Amino acid sequence: MSAKTITADEPVQFYDLDEHAHPEGHSTMLGFWIYLMSDCLIFAILFACYAVLGGSYAAGPSPKDLFDLKLIALNTAMLLFSSITYGFAVLQMQQGKVKGVQLWLAVTGLFGLAFLGIELYEFHHLIEIGAGPQRSAFLSSFFTLVGTHGLHVTFGIIWLVTLMVQLSKHGLIAANKRRVMCLSMFWHFLDVVWIGVFTFVYLMGVLR
Amino acid sequence: MSADPHAAHGHDEIEMPHASMRDYVIGFVLSVILTAIPFWLVMTMPLSAAATGAIIMGFAVVQIVVHMVYFLHMTPKAEGGWSLTSLVFTIIVVVIMLAGSLWVMHHLNTNMMPMSHEDARQVP
Repeated sequence: MSAKTITADEPVQFYDLDEHAHPEGHSTMLGFWIYLMSDCLIFAILFACYAVLGGSYAAGPSPKDLFDLKLIALNTAMLLFSSITYGFAVLQMQQGKVKGVQLWLAVTGLFGLAFLGIELYEFHHLIEIGAGPQRSAFLSSFFTLVGTHGLHVTFGIIWLVTLMVQLSKHGLIAANKRRVMCLSMFWHFLDVVWIGVFTFVYLMGVLR
Repeated sequence: MSADPHAAHGHDEIEMPHASMRDYVIGFVLSVILTAIPFWLVMTMPLSAAATGAIIMGFAVVQIVVHMVYFLHMTPKAEGGWSLTSLVFTIIVVVIMLAGSLWVMHHLNTNMMPMSHEDARQVP
């Protein structure tokens, strides 16, 4: 890791045998980042699946017939707002204001719920008009990709509520600060995946 | 801060990326612009489909970078460079997988027997 200059009066060391003090959770942020990268691979596989199967309509409806871009724009706005409100929660945390963190986390959760609600409404509408996942390969891969993202948002909201309970019980201790930062990475990562979804699935789908 | 990473050991506080209001506001404004333009292009279609497609894909890439920098606080030095290393590795794997899948499956599709819509309806 670190380059040490060997001086004459010091014995030559080939191995680093000293115990170093590792503060609790010192590798959590990097570990969580690597988890997110593996999650990124899951989404990449689903994107590849959609890219291959997205044109196989089986004589069924195509994206042009199904997607309502106004609804998707609204959905995108919800996720974008939730991203900046989560940022406000992190800023409140840096100032040590637990009430402010709770407030902004709650606002973020509401935007997340709004996003999920709109997505479920869209899915319900599609299934109702007979464009469910079993209709064609295009719709199977569409529901898998967008559904997996929605599932991630759902688990993000569950985590967010858990974190709010932990914050109200223990306040802004080091472990909770770490959790806030991990969820921040998770939440913003979901927004990054959504950029891919709305561009590649919805906008490119309508162009197709 | 000392350049020696071992010097940081023994502290109670763990290093966390420092966020600022400025970063979040810049990131948010850029994201709104980079989202609104693609939606406007596709909803009103002032350009050809091929040009629109290329432009919105470009906007998506730029917006992903904006999110990485301003919301995820990615810097080349975060976690001693390991965050960036794992990110680059992931991008390489993703590009190979996406390009490879599309390439292989396109060739398979090209070599398939052609099927009409009427035939497709008969498929169980």
